Amino acid sequence: MSTTRRTILIASGATLATPNIAPAQEAPGVTATEIRIGSTNSLSGPASAYSVISTCLTAMFRRLNDEGGVAGRRINFTVYDDAYSPPRTLEQTRRLVEQDRVAFLFNQLGTPTNNAVHRYVNQRRVPHLFLATGADKWANPREFPWTIGWQPSYRTEAQIYAKHILETRPNARIGLLHQNDDFGRDYLNGLKDVLGARFDAMVRVATNEATDPTVDSQIVQLQASGADVLVCGVIPRFAAQAIRRVHDIGWRPMMFMTNVSVSVGAVMQPAGPERGVGLITSDYRKDQSDPAWANDPGMNEWRGFMQRFMPGGDLTDNNITYGYGVGTTMIQVLRQCGNDFSRENVMRQAANIAPMDVATLLPGVKVQTQPDNFNVIRQMQLQRWDGSGWVRFGNVIEGANV
Amino acid sequence: MKPLLIAAGLALALVPIWALESFHLFQLTLAVIMALAVLGLNIVTGYNGQISLGHGAFFAVGAYATAIPMSLLDWSFWATLPVSAVVCGVVGWGVGFPALRLGGLYLALTTFALAVAVPQILKHKAVEAWTGGVQGLFLLKPEAPAWLALTPDQYMYLVALLVAGLCYLLTANLLRGRIGRAMMAVRDNPTAAEAMGMDLASLKTRTFAVSAIITGMAGSLSAAVVEFVAPDSFTFILSISLFVGMVVGGVGSILGSVFGGLFVLFVPNLAEAISRSAPGVIYGAILILFLFVLPDGVAGLVRRFTTKKRIIPGRETS
Repeated sequence: MSTTRRTILIASGATLATPNIAPAQEAPGVTATEIRIGSTNSLSGPASAYSVISTCLTAMFRRLNDEGGVAGRRINFTVYDDAYSPPRTLEQTRRLVEQDRVAFLFNQLGTPTNNAVHRYVNQRRVPHLFLATGADKWANPREFPWTIGWQPSYRTEAQIYAKHILETRPNARIGLLHQNDDFGRDYLNGLKDVLGARFDAMVRVATNEATDPTVDSQIVQLQASGADVLVCGVIPRFAAQAIRRVHDIGWRPMMFMTNVSVSVGAVMQPAGPERGVGLITSDYRKDQSDPAWANDPGMNEWRGFMQRFMPGGDLTDNNITYGYGVGTTMIQVLRQCGNDFSRENVMRQAANIAPMDVATLLPGVKVQTQPDNFNVIRQMQLQRWDGSGWVRFGNVIEGANV
Repeated sequence: MKPLLIAAGLALALVPIWALESFHLFQLTLAVIMALAVLGLNIVTGYNGQISLGHGAFFAVGAYATAIPMSLLDWSFWATLPVSAVVCGVVGWGVGFPALRLGGLYLALTTFALAVAVPQILKHKAVEAWTGGVQGLFLLKPEAPAWLALTPDQYMYLVALLVAGLCYLLTANLLRGRIGRAMMAVRDNPTAAEAMGMDLASLKTRTFAVSAIITGMAGSLSAAVVEFVAPDSFTFILSISLFVGMVVGGVGSILGSVFGGLFVLFVPNLAEAISRSAPGVIYGAILILFLFVLPDGVAGLVRRFTTKKRIIPGRETS
């Protein structure tokens, strides 16, 4: 009896003495059976429409786990709500990293929110992968080697427009209308990237404030400068005004509109669909309402996924095709990792994606990374308004490598 | 007895520095900051009876008053505190003016308008060079002096505790004295207070200023702890959260503000832990539960337990 008790005591003592930490070769957030991945999204608050992205990613990891996971490990994907508030993003990110001990962070939503954790994750050397934001600053591997975006930035978009202008009208006089904030200035920077020394000679710039009542005077001013090309980096309200004004004063420039302001309902209808004929914009995703993709194998793959794993999901919501694309990229990186899910290797693989096709992206638009280039999607295809819908034309164009 | 209790409370507040790991310490630091912000609101609403739904704005002003000198002019954190206090005091005093003409609900809406406007004003191009616009400003949190041998999280907790503790002490002192009694007299019966010779106008504006300073101090601390400020950090939701924290903690109670701060920080997390899909519903349910069970706030409950039963002559106590 007493021996048994002593044995138990010794045994329990031994258990207590064993340090309760993972062995050195085992990476944080990774066990023999599990990989923990963390994310934040706006599950509540003003930006909560984007929370379907997290729903889609959760469903994709469920599908992956049903298929046996990665290297025999199940994915445990945790999403916390930050209500789009930067201090809360930091709190939730620290909870993921320090308390839940996730292996890495994936697809956190928002520019100000990711700003709040940008330095923290890089100091801690936690991979901060494929963020859901269009800002240009995430592709800076030299200063922030642990952070990488995904979608093409506004700057890349402007570079693509500039390339198309140079190709079709090498002697163009360009008018640029951009909003006087970081979003609008990305268009200025994108044009400068491609035009370089010719910028000053070729481009006349007018800016507007988000609080201005109209952009009429800027349009007239740019027309008076003799421009025959007009590039607009403005929010939807001003986009509709600009299209209408350009048409009404009888100006017929080659007109480019930022792809955040080309919604049929919010821009083209209010502007008058007939006024916008010829307007050019760009996209990198397949538009699920486009009949061209009715029998597309990639879109059928996505529709099959929706049916099985997100029944009841809104098939017209392009946040879900976005989520499917970014999720596919993440799974590719996990597969590339082999059996080594250390933070160093995850980041190395994320920075070495060979050009790949993704089901919900346009043909020819590749997902790719190199250690010195963190612009994951660099290509887009132009599309033109024909009075009732957007029609793609030309080849996919790649942004400038700057 | 009371100084002993306060000393014990302070000692207890220091324990987490060594007892908690860094993430929880960081959360607790944020809770201390929220408690301080709620205290500021409590001064003007709880003690002076002027409803403010806009204290998030003072929080933002305090945060930027610290972030701008630290980020653009390389000031030390401590040097920004007096600047922040002065700026917030002036802004609070200015906001206090409409309070003279507007009572009750109208004042609540006016301050609410302030809370809605401030994030947009911060983005305006006239101040963008200073505030960093939509992108916000980055700063580095103050480092612990070498002789303290504390990690950055431990040190920030200590700093927050120190600043908040000092503000609590000063506030308690102010409210217990002549001015505090005058504030409460204005709240309870302005006509009588005026008849007693109190200057309502100056009392109300000064109360607003003090309240703004305290909440602004919380904003300053938050900027240093989070190391980043952006307009999106200070939406009107923040003002509402502070108000909720004050009511749940206990209106017109210093101790209640501490509980209010804890509520503001931890209950949303609790709600999310219970239901990932509908945290708002759970938060609402918890809030209603609190109001139902503790109508006088947490402080009311504490008071119920600590005050001795009064024995009313001529009536048997059960």
